[in-house]
Amino acid sequence: MADLQRLADALKRDGGEVREAGPADAVDGVPATAVARPASADGVAAVLREATAQGLATVARGAGTALDWGAPPERVDLILDTTGLDRLVEHGAGDLVVVAEAGLPVAALSETVRAAAQELVVDLPPERLAGGSTVGGALSTGASGPRRLQRGGIRDLVLGATVVLADGTIASSGGKVVKNVAGYDLAKLLTGAYGTLGVVVRAAFRLHPARPDRAFVVATGPLADVAARARDVVASQLAPAAVEIDRPAGSDGAEVAVLLEGTTAAVGQRAAAAAELLGGRVQREPPAWWAVLPGAAAAGPFGTGVSTGSTTVGGATSASGVEPVETYGKATATLTGVADLLAAARGAEQRYGVGVALRGTAAGVLHTVVTGTPEATAYAVGHLRGAAPSPRDGTVTVLRAPREVRARLDAWGPVGGLDLMRAIKRQLDPGRSLAPGRFVGGI
Amino acid sequence: MAPSTATPLDIITAELIAELGSDQVITDRQRRRTYECDGLAAYRVVPGVVVLAQDPDDVAATVRACARNGVPFVARGSGTGLSGGALPHSDGVLVVMSQMRAIREVDVAAQRAVVDPGVINLQLTAATSPDGYYFAPDPSSQSVCSIGGNVAENSGGAHCLKYGFTTNHVTGLDLVTPGGERVEIGGKAPDPPGYDLLGALVGSEGTLGVVTAATVRLTRLPQEVRTLLAAFRSMDDAGAATSAIIAAGVIPAAIEMMDALAIEAAEAAVHCNYPAGAGAVLVVELDGPSPDVAGEFDDVVRLCEEAGSFEVRVAADDDERALIWKGRKSAFAAVGRISPDYIVQDGVIPRTALPLVLRQIAELSESAGVRVANVFHAGDGNLHPLVLFDGSVEGAVDRAEEVAGGILDLCLAHGGSITGEHGVGADKAKHMPRMFTADDLDTMQAVRCAFDPDGISNPGKVFPTPRLCGERPGRHQGAHPLAESGVAEVF
Ligand SMILES: Cc1cc2nc3c(=O)[nH]c(=O)nc-3n(C[C@H](O)[C@H](O)[C@H](O)COP(=O)(O)OP(=O)(O)OC[C@H]3O[C@@H](n4cnc5c(N)ncnc54)[C@H](O)[C@@H]3O)c2cc1C
Repeated sequence: MADLQRLADALKRDGGEVREAGPADAVDGVPATAVARPASADGVAAVLREATAQGLATVARGAGTALDWGAPPERVDLILDTTGLDRLVEHGAGDLVVVAEAGLPVAALSETVRAAAQELVVDLPPERLAGGSTVGGALSTGASGPRRLQRGGIRDLVLGATVVLADGTIASSGGKVVKNVAGYDLAKLLTGAYGTLGVVVRAAFRLHPARPDRAFVVATGPLADVAARARDVVASQLAPAAVEIDRPAGSDGAEVAVLLEGTTAAVGQRAAAAAELLGGRVQREPPAWWAVLPGAAAAGPFGTGVSTGSTTVGGATSASGVEPVETYGKATATLTGVADLLAAARGAEQRYGVGVALRGTAAGVLHTVVTGTPEATAYAVGHLRGAAPSPRDGTVTVLRAPREVRARLDAWGPVGGLDLMRAIKRQLDPGRSLAPGRFVGGI
Repeated sequence: MAPSTATPLDIITAELIAELGSDQVITDRQRRRTYECDGLAAYRVVPGVVVLAQDPDDVAATVRACARNGVPFVARGSGTGLSGGALPHSDGVLVVMSQMRAIREVDVAAQRAVVDPGVINLQLTAATSPDGYYFAPDPSSQSVCSIGGNVAENSGGAHCLKYGFTTNHVTGLDLVTPGGERVEIGGKAPDPPGYDLLGALVGSEGTLGVVTAATVRLTRLPQEVRTLLAAFRSMDDAGAATSAIIAAGVIPAAIEMMDALAIEAAEAAVHCNYPAGAGAVLVVELDGPSPDVAGEFDDVVRLCEEAGSFEVRVAADDDERALIWKGRKSAFAAVGRISPDYIVQDGVIPRTALPLVLRQIAELSESAGVRVANVFHAGDGNLHPLVLFDGSVEGAVDRAEEVAGGILDLCLAHGGSITGEHGVGADKAKHMPRMFTADDLDTMQAVRCAFDPDGISNPGKVFPTPRLCGERPGRHQGAHPLAESGVAEVF
């Protein structure tokens, strides 16, 4: 169905390549037909224009570290590999700004700006960083790490972006200065959009000066207690750079780790104060789980203390004997709701015989991994959603899950403003050419 | 039924009175005139009819009536905007939000507040500071501007260098869409699922609907605040000090700069008693945990002195701090003391281009024979040149506008922006094509079409030429009739 020759022709001037897709190019089990790897924004535009004219469904791919996040696309005719656009366009060290092409690995960007004692505070999980996660990928997945507590998420750091729409239109918004209110802030709209509105080809970010020193303060305790103490630190005047909570699956307790950054003298004093507030100990290094996604890599012993044989609820019975599977998602809560979320994790384990790991910022953005049968997982996700009094106070979105799990739940949960989102999609990608079905409401 | 000669405005006025009552619907021309302009008084249009909204239902009813009749509407907060964003339409409805002024909820434990759009920025800080919190975005107009206006303009203030702009502090909005539907977006929790509608809405200048409630972050008051005033012989020296501070890895809460002319004006107006003979002053404020502030403050003092500061005054207490800030905060108004008229320009440059651009502005000013006073947020390169003129002198306005426009050219030539915080509004829509391509603007307008297919929400602002929704880019078929009628009297 994809006319490879014409796609290749479209890329002739750009010098990019087009090839047939292999099994490794499948997106979350959906096989792809072709892969295009342009070398420039114009190349992306040319190949997208051609692909859309051919009626192809295109999925943008950076390093592929989160390609299976979001729902699997309905079909994948063309993979648009962005790794050919890997230039660091500009590092304005004196202005604390960096401009990079979308395919540049975040690790490479970080290395460059580190030379000027600066950093892009996105705190990608180390496994994504090591996997070559790109600027465009980090942006499109709305990456969130520990230090968002004070400095915000990647949507708060992005200053401008250039996107190629499905019809090949190249459009920029924002700019490369830290303060700018000219026009709509489309860079934020593209952040966390999973490539469903356009293919990001370039973005500008605000950088922060790397602080000279840091210290961690760590404490463990029962769930409610840890949540309360984490909150105390957030509410203190110690200005912690991060307050992270880790609650391994099957545990009655959790660990809280506080990051303090600053000059050596100041960090020492503040760490001591935080240790007192937290009833914890000061250490130089982060705990092993810091910024790491929970689950396979850092999985606690699945089912520890969990009655996996529980058959209390319909789902668990029919699913018994089915292999437990892992489902990764993002849970949000208010600062006060984090305690309820932690309690709900424990509750879900007890009721549905699953394991629920939670890890993330006390400010209310946590990664969660549910391990259990598909049926029990679906119930557990529902239970976690019930922790918040309303979706405005907390949500759980399923990002990576086996088909059997997806079939049993609403991966995104209630989405406020869905009609507006659909309308935006219709405007920017009327033919549903970009990652159809990957996003909320089947967008 | 209205007679066939009735205009859509007549019809909607009758409908609004029937639905909301005549107390809330102003038709009297004298009273309507009160709303003919915002903070940018150069543009004036008497609104066709004014609605004083009391609650979200009023707003929704009004907007639905507008949608039904194809009548444009403009939301208005406190009317302090400096780009004509709240400029009314003579054949449209002005929806005044200033009577919706209740703080709905302060959830200190969750560090959130839910407010009506008409709540005054400083009102929220006053309500939360006894608990140790405040609302971080602090435009100089904070004692009068509304949070709805802040949201629409993505307002910032002197302290946004460290704490960010309004967009970084909004986690939820209630919106009445231009179709009249009420939509709840986000809430107290961060990162609502789906597209970042909050990111699109904040800063959209009222063109995507009317905000009827905002959920915002409350920021913990810092343990310590320290403020200094450093006087320099020249702007170059003050600029060098700013660069040195940033290069040292310090992120001050604020770094503000004023030049000799701005100092002269402030002196005349509020007797702030800044050091005599200063060619430039810097106001630098650090805040945060005491141990950090103490150490970094010493560094900042040293860096200022090394850059040639001949006098550094450190505020010993809140009163002295207020005195230091008084000169800076009064600067805009103070310029009225030394010039009958002036244009407040708002442009952004990469901060490192500051010394060069300031020299270029000085050249521009000299060659045009137009005085320019400079007051600006030095830390983030947001310039506020005040272009002085005497409107009673033939041709003076034009010369001043030429200089103001030339300053924007300089900003763009250095990779900056035509507005850092005052917005595009009616005033700078014409400059947008200098910063963005037709495709850039078309794409933004496509997003607008998703919210407002009929183009009735604050038409004529932000974009120089409207786009017919449903049209693909590049296939325009003449101007949109509604916007045409609205824009015609503006430009
Ligand atoms: C002396 C002075 C100093 C200033 N200093 C600063 C500063 O330091 N930083 C800064 O950023 N700005 C500054 N401003 C500009 C202005 O105060 C801000 O833009 C402010 O946010 C406007 O708020 P407002 O309530 O007055 O809005 P208005 O002027 O009434 O409206 C501004 C825009 O917001 C829209 N709007 C208002 N309410 C709503 C709503 N509920 N829903 C949708 N749209 C709405 C209007 O349609 C309009 O487009 C200053 C202005 C003055 C006069």
